[in-house]
Amino acid sequence: METATLEPTITKKGFKSEEYFINMGPQHPATHGVLRLLLTIDGEVIKKVEPDLGYIHRSIEKMCESNSYQQIVHLTDRLDYLSSHINNEAVCLCVENALELEVPERVKVIRTILGELTRIASHTLWWGVLGMDVGALTSYFYGFRDREMINDIFEETCGARLTMNYNIPGGLMEDIHPNFVKRVKEFIPHFRSKLPEYDRLLTGNIIFQKRTKGVGVLTKEDAINFGASGPVARASGHSCDVRKYHPYSALDKVNFTEILDTAGDSFARYRVRIAEMWESLDIIEQLIDNIPDGDHKVATNAVIKLPKGDFYQKVETARGEFGVYIISTGTKNPYRVKFRSPGLSNLSLLNHIAVGGKIGDLVATMATIDIVVPDIDR
Amino acid sequence: MNSISNIIDWFINTGVLNMAMIALIYLTVFAVLGLFLVLLERKVAAWFQLRIGPNRVGYLGLFQTIADALKLVSKELTGTVKADKFLYNLAPYFVIVTSLMALAVFPFTKDLQAFDINIGIFFLIAISSIGVIGILLGGWSSNNKFALIGAMRSGVQTVSYELSVGLSLLTMVILTGSLQLSEIIEVQKSGWLIVQGHIPAIIAFMIYMISGTAETNRAPFDMVEAESELGAGYHTEYSGMKFAYFFLAEFINMFIIAAIATTIFFGGWLSPFGITDSLPWMGLLWFLAKTFVLVFLMMWFRWTFPRLRVDQLLTLEWKYLLPINLVNLVLMAVIVWLNLTIQI
Repeated sequence: METATLEPTITKKGFKSEEYFINMGPQHPATHGVLRLLLTIDGEVIKKVEPDLGYIHRSIEKMCESNSYQQIVHLTDRLDYLSSHINNEAVCLCVENALELEVPERVKVIRTILGELTRIASHTLWWGVLGMDVGALTSYFYGFRDREMINDIFEETCGARLTMNYNIPGGLMEDIHPNFVKRVKEFIPHFRSKLPEYDRLLTGNIIFQKRTKGVGVLTKEDAINFGASGPVARASGHSCDVRKYHPYSALDKVNFTEILDTAGDSFARYRVRIAEMWESLDIIEQLIDNIPDGDHKVATNAVIKLPKGDFYQKVETARGEFGVYIISTGTKNPYRVKFRSPGLSNLSLLNHIAVGGKIGDLVATMATIDIVVPDIDR
Repeated sequence: MNSISNIIDWFINTGVLNMAMIALIYLTVFAVLGLFLVLLERKVAAWFQLRIGPNRVGYLGLFQTIADALKLVSKELTGTVKADKFLYNLAPYFVIVTSLMALAVFPFTKDLQAFDINIGIFFLIAISSIGVIGILLGGWSSNNKFALIGAMRSGVQTVSYELSVGLSLLTMVILTGSLQLSEIIEVQKSGWLIVQGHIPAIIAFMIYMISGTAETNRAPFDMVEAESELGAGYHTEYSGMKFAYFFLAEFINMFIIAAIATTIFFGGWLSPFGITDSLPWMGLLWFLAKTFVLVFLMMWFRWTFPRLRVDQLLTLEWKYLLPINLVNLVLMAVIVWLNLTIQI
């Protein structure tokens, strides 16, 4: 991987020019964590992008094999830390399905509300960081202002702001805080009034549109071939929302539209995520007044033993399809756990869509693919 | 003893002492000005970004910038092993010296001008294009690919946008008929040039502000140091005071661009109400007030706009600004020829 070939070429005028090679990362402001990109560049034009992974590999899947099912939930926080609640939910749903455990309606609704809040929080952070990557630093702070309100709700509900661990197999760790409904209801109109601000600051900006329109175009076929999911695939017209096709928790009770775009460029991915925030607000609004009474969990055995067999559960995180695959031999530990992370397959198409663009295009494309490195390096 | 007093006499008689003292005052004032422009930028950025900004060191954080300067002075000067040491050390001086040289010709008020040269505008344009050599040297000699890309971009950008800066100022020179800055101010006693020259002057001002922002390598034209693409661009490998020179020069350049605009378009030290002659020192306040409004405008650009891509930057200059500028130049000539200027 280190020996990128540098072939000297003779241009028409006889000057000798060379492709050269630079290391973007693992400590680079544009790579959002410890991702290393090996770039082969001709002047400003990108010839090849090779992501080099492994800088934050913690062998989480292997660790899962020596932990109980309750403990596995905590490890999934550390995958895609911006969708931690949804990751937890995936493991819990998988275990509950295996045990054929029916959780109360109240749990399902609360899980869905928190899941959509997580999605909004993740997208606001993405929006802020995207602005920063294309050079508009101000958007970062606007994104964080609104994310802060969601984090406060999380903090009051479960005591943590990022790695939540609120789900346990069989329900929720504790019941919701008495203020929860009130604060979520405050947040919805607040965020509805702030989202147009996002449009005024970035969406309508001519420089921003020039930077993203027609940049990093991904066709629908390529999106399917590379296994892309989430907003990246939907911006290319590939309908793949797990919430629609395999509804889990309370998602079968709500009405929402799957946002699709056909352009497949960075701007389409941007628009899909902005529209998803509006949809998530709608989902929360439909559920927040209808949280049924009941228990916040059903009792499970202190030591959970799954029946022999293999179990799969997929959910839609902010980045796309997240899958949990557990093979059980009937003991208290899983025999093998595999996570299907949306980030890895979305990153794999980076070389395909970034080649031929400028360095600035690569940064904009990477920001709209929205990778979280701990999700890629498990 | 006798020879020493002779030397002192020679210094006083030939005016070298005066020159040295004036130079020292200018250096001190503008080093401090540069530092406080950094503070202003941080405050303005904070206001745009729902933050408070520096507020701990001194009253309202006024000494934050002094603390930062002390930190930079006390830092170790590091550099890459395979850097071209001579050029690497030379580069920051190119940048800072040219910025400070440009300040010499500004008439801050009626009599407060270090150097009233009869080709003032030409001098400013010439001096401002030397600074880029420092950036190119810095990027080239520090033996870092990111720095080299930054320096290449800087060369391309400055060479292109100098044309627009020069042409928009030339448009105004047609109106004034003089390159001397003090005479340009005299001309404006019958109305600021942006009023006198109305339509072409306003177009020239807009082009000047765009290309002036590009000349200083500030956002949305900060390809040179685009931190999300190149780390820190051409000054990636500089530390301590050498970095501070680049940093300070950027802010003084911003002041210079705004000061040129004030002098050429907005009447320099002239007050809009015509009471400057009775209170000469008021001229300095007017000059600074107008300049800081324009500085604020440039900060506003920076904290609102995303960055352009390098090819879009060149498209903007060569396909839009330059042709508009050439047409504008002819338009101004026609207006002066037909005597259609507005005199108050």
